[in-house]
Amino acid sequence: MLLILEQLMNGLQLGVMLFLMSAGLTLVFGIMQVINLAHGSFYMVGAYTAATVTQLTGSFLLGLLAALPAAAAVGMLVEAVVLRRLYSRDHLDQVLATFGLILFFNELTRMIWGRQPLFMDVPDWLSGTVELFPGAPYPSYRLAVIGMGILVAVFLYLLFTRTRLGMQIRAGASNREMIAALGVNIRFLYTLVFGLGAMLAGLAGVMAGPILAVEAGMGEEILILTFVVIVIGGIGSIRGALIAALLVGMVDTLGRVFLPGLFRLFLPVAEADGIGASLASMSVYILMAAILVWRPRGLFPAQI
Amino acid sequence: MLGMGLVALVALPPAMNALGETYLVSLFSRILIYALVAVSLDLILGYGGMVSLGHAAFFGIGGYVVGILAFHSYEAEPLFTWPFIFEGTENGLLTLPLAMLVSAFFALIIGFFSLRTTGMHFIMITLAFAQMLYYFSVSLEAYGGDDGLSLYARNQLPGINLGDDDSFYYLCLGILVIYLYVSHRLVNSRFGRVIQGVRENERRMQALGFATYRYKLVCFTIAGAGAGLAGALIANQTEFVSPGLMHWTRSGEILVMVLLGGMGTLFGPVLGAIVLLLLEEVLAIYTEHWMVLLGPFLVVVVLFAKRGLYGLLTGRKP
Repeated sequence: MLLILEQLMNGLQLGVMLFLMSAGLTLVFGIMQVINLAHGSFYMVGAYTAATVTQLTGSFLLGLLAALPAAAAVGMLVEAVVLRRLYSRDHLDQVLATFGLILFFNELTRMIWGRQPLFMDVPDWLSGTVELFPGAPYPSYRLAVIGMGILVAVFLYLLFTRTRLGMQIRAGASNREMIAALGVNIRFLYTLVFGLGAMLAGLAGVMAGPILAVEAGMGEEILILTFVVIVIGGIGSIRGALIAALLVGMVDTLGRVFLPGLFRLFLPVAEADGIGASLASMSVYILMAAILVWRPRGLFPAQI
Repeated sequence: MLGMGLVALVALPPAMNALGETYLVSLFSRILIYALVAVSLDLILGYGGMVSLGHAAFFGIGGYVVGILAFHSYEAEPLFTWPFIFEGTENGLLTLPLAMLVSAFFALIIGFFSLRTTGMHFIMITLAFAQMLYYFSVSLEAYGGDDGLSLYARNQLPGINLGDDDSFYYLCLGILVIYLYVSHRLVNSRFGRVIQGVRENERRMQALGFATYRYKLVCFTIAGAGAGLAGALIANQTEFVSPGLMHWTRSGEILVMVLLGGMGTLFGPVLGAIVLLLLEEVLAIYTEHWMVLLGPFLVVVVLFAKRGLYGLLTGRKP
């Protein structure tokens, strides 16, 4: 029972990270109609910046504060230099150009930081555990990650439904020409949205730092899962991204822990572990295929 | 020009052997194999307008079919015993068609789900399915898992010694030429015309009474079979298969070859494979970090040279 609780929390934590990644990306997909493979690079930029600054200053908070603007700046630079020229092109061009960007960013980090992964320590004030339920200690760092995800979700909700900027972004998504004609600087707005998405990815990267290794190519691991989340949730929908991220996080985590055990009930141990592990690594994709058969446009297709 | 290219490719092994550059023969075998997989991708991408970012999955499946059959043949342990006994084999007359068949089967299933969607969804779904097969191959502990599987020798074909690099090169060249000819017939057939019509305007083709989904699915499956054949060849060439064969960056690389060479043409992807792989080799001589140059190069190609090299050379629009 305690194991299940702990794994549920781990699933929630993975889901929150996926939400941070997919919230920004689904906006870029949905609003600008541009497919961006380089989103994982912003995640990587965030993680590397935070790891470096934390090592230099010894403060995780300073690392976080440095990483967010760094990721946002790289994102806006990429938008202004490359992606802006691709909005009117077809998806193939976007895929290829952003694929080129991935190669560039991965190799650049290898040149700057070397091939060895960096390791980030959990800050002292978050290194303890919290007893959520009697007898079930849970690392406070992971709890903080979950809390941060909830904060971001609330922030995005308020931004989109309660502010002028959010209104303009939604309007830009439904009719680009019209909002430009009404005097809104849509170009700048797009750059801003892109920077916001990159910053969220950078935030996810910072938080992943102490949990995973910080290395070149780390962005692509999570990028593919992010795509799965967006496809399941429906392109352009933040609400869909939230629900799908939690779903994917749960299925992935619980599958890895419990599927081998499930197969052991009726198969020899070695075979059960093998089949369970393979099935667990594919479970998320099977979930996606199943949902697509049922709803080809995802759970919450955005009205664009 | 095509004739000259073919003559150059045929004359390559004796010329390189005379110069003592035998390494180039095996490099060019690899290039021809990648040309084959790039041409197969172009069938769906250039002619069918389906942007698949998971084509390397079929490439890897073809490789694994050869690898697994060779493994069982060496261990003298049948692959499965029910409903009939299926022994491993190293006979190329069996392994190459089987690799095509199995890849085509996977392409059929993946296409069945993916082709329900279009545009951005299709790109992401093909990518996700390829990644699923990648993780599946990583979890195949019996066949080496993450480390991959080494073959003890190349497959055998009657009358050809595949262990000899020159003979292997000519096998790859022969298969590529046959595949190009078949593709040429295919895209100019009624079927090919329908596929190209779907690329231009799917709704109109539906209105004309074509069951476009079925045409696309068949095209996707044929392309998967071609990639599987290439995968079977690469497994023989390197005598090694690993999950890396189907990693998504490989799919991206193949996509780049098609676009670089010129999509919607049959010889463009061949050219693209030659140029990209040679470029990688040359850049790697100068710097270990050649990808930092290749990445921006791709961006520039996409932004300014949309027609690809073939288009630039022949002045024809894709």
